Amino acid sequence: MNYRWDWSILFKDTYMGWLWSGLLWTVIISLASWAVALMVGLLAGTARSSPSRGARLLAGLYIDVFRNVPPLVQLFLWYFVLPEVVPDSFGLWLKRDLPYPEVVTAVVAIGLFAGSRVAEQVRAGIDAVGAPLMPAALATGLRPAQAYRLIVLPLGLRAIVGPLTSEFLITVKLSSLSLTIGVLELTAQSRHVENYTFQGFEAFTFATIGYLVIGLCVTGLMRFIDIRIGGAALRKTPA
Amino acid sequence: MSDFDWGIIARSSAFLAEGMALSALLVLVATVGGLILGFGLALMRLSSHRWLSVPASTYVTVMRTLPLVLVLFWFYFLVPLAIGRPVGSLTSALLAFVLFEAAFYCEIVRAGISNVRHGQSDAGLATGLRRAQVLRLIILPQALRAMMPLILNQIVIVFQDTSLVYVVSLHDFLTAASVVASRDGRATEMYALVAVVYLVICLGTTKAAEFYRKGLPS
Amino acid sequence: MIVIDDLHKSYGHQQILRACSATVNLGEVVVVCGPSGSGKSTLIKCINGLVPFERGTITVDGVSVSSPKTDLPALRARIGMVFQSFELYPHMTALQNVSLAQIHVLKRSRAEADARSEKILARVGLGDKRDSRPSQLSGGQQQRVSIARALAMDPRAMLFDEPTSALDPEMINEVLEVMQELALEGMTMMVVTHEMGFAQRVADRVLFMDRGQIVEDTPKAQFFTAPASERARQFLTNVLTH
Repeated sequence: MNYRWDWSILFKDTYMGWLWSGLLWTVIISLASWAVALMVGLLAGTARSSPSRGARLLAGLYIDVFRNVPPLVQLFLWYFVLPEVVPDSFGLWLKRDLPYPEVVTAVVAIGLFAGSRVAEQVRAGIDAVGAPLMPAALATGLRPAQAYRLIVLPLGLRAIVGPLTSEFLITVKLSSLSLTIGVLELTAQSRHVENYTFQGFEAFTFATIGYLVIGLCVTGLMRFIDIRIGGAALRKTPA
Repeated sequence: MSDFDWGIIARSSAFLAEGMALSALLVLVATVGGLILGFGLALMRLSSHRWLSVPASTYVTVMRTLPLVLVLFWFYFLVPLAIGRPVGSLTSALLAFVLFEAAFYCEIVRAGISNVRHGQSDAGLATGLRRAQVLRLIILPQALRAMMPLILNQIVIVFQDTSLVYVVSLHDFLTAASVVASRDGRATEMYALVAVVYLVICLGTTKAAEFYRKGLPS
Repeated sequence: MIVIDDLHKSYGHQQILRACSATVNLGEVVVVCGPSGSGKSTLIKCINGLVPFERGTITVDGVSVSSPKTDLPALRARIGMVFQSFELYPHMTALQNVSLAQIHVLKRSRAEADARSEKILARVGLGDKRDSRPSQLSGGQQQRVSIARALAMDPRAMLFDEPTSALDPEMINEVLEVMQELALEGMTMMVVTHEMGFAQRVADRVLFMDRGQIVEDTPKAQFFTAPASERARQFLTNVLTH
């Protein structure tokens, strides 16, 4: 293999600036998308397991559609198609006046895709951990809605913190898709550096380590929360 | 809505079909190669020798933490360097897919194998079967049944993943559609078509996996 | 036939077996009993090398179990084992369960193995169940298939690990009867069980275990009439009054 190593490029002002700003954007997009995913996912997931038939159907439709269209296609739909099919004035606003249009679009698209996956985890958690306690809760005289709100839901949500870790990690990885619509996040910047310097090894290594560190942080954080609220114990005890 | 020209789909159908063929090739190679490699990795991870299990689990963890886009870039850059001459992006994409998806198939195979009751392997060993025979005759047939829905789900994910070869300019189904979209200014029609096609195929497979899972004895 | 000498076994810091020594002679039936957690199951699984141990020796038929030179699969093929939870292969019929090791270990032809399996299934009273899956059989029937699976290998000795503990009460006898018949035919057997009636009928000797030690190793008659240790006496009162 014929390759001239030059790790110093990682410390040259220009390239170092690119890579760190890429890392920053990756973190921002990941966190914002995760916030969207959690909100939508919790809403749809609880709706999916709720006693209301209409809510169940609607949430089911959302989950089925958003999970089964590739996230990159969804991103293109939001970015290229949405402004064309909405009323002209709104389309114009999307194209002209929306601040950071690529970033906002990426956050919405990734958040809604990840949200459909989170919703499935929420539903599964409630079904596996919370739902089996329904009869016992009803037997104490609670009404179904009370039993659901006081027992089934809180227990189910606690149990899913562990499984949500991998969804969070998936969201971080999905943030790289935003490079296709021009967001200069970590992967894009490492490619950028490679194109300029031909030092692909060094640039991609930086990105790789960046993702691994983010991954470790996410795993550590989620484990901390899981232990604090006793989620693991809930998943282990057979109901 | 009168501005839309749905005829564009018919007119570009041959080009789109070629894209779909490439997507299918990627799915096929990634799944077959990924399953074979993933099976080996799973056996390594389950081994009691740390010099086998630690490298395998490190590999899996790293691959599962990296975005596929970055892995595609890595291979796009590395493969020609390793071979010493330029190769098409298809070769490096195929390699990237096999090595990337292997990490995910490894976890499916590992879960499948470790979910078979431990006593089953004791029972086989007690009759004098060797470890490899126990694995092949007793554990794997049971594990495979439990793994089938998960493998189907992973195939859906791989199929969705193939759309990412867009970043190395390979003409898969999505990229083919995007070429037409920007050439003829027909983004709405083309991306709507792409979304519907993916939805139908992926949802169908997902539902089949669910159906299969429900039919399994628990 | 089976010689256990100064056996020690621990999981992490927990000592499961300490200084266990015992002998089972050819043609003998030895019952192992004791409170749960006393190490009976671990002891019996050490005998065919399913559980490794750190100190002491076990020789079966003159072969050391823990020696690295020993061909463990060959040794296990000569010792039948029956598990508490049956462990029949759920993806195979009763006949296939019984034939599998004959074909792959003894290298019998499929036809030869199946013929032998049918004979043995008939012997445990399940001649009509050859094509049933384990899930279609009752617990008692499953355990009889698993005895047949062990017998099909023409074992020199049989190990039973609480063979009736997972069974509903009305199915216990059908399994004990098969075991009793085996004992009467002169099979060398080591049986971990709480079925004291079975011990009284067929055992030659009783090993009583408590907290990882073999507390008593006595002829049957003496164990039931005049157990030496206080712990064994307590155990007997508890089991027999239930």
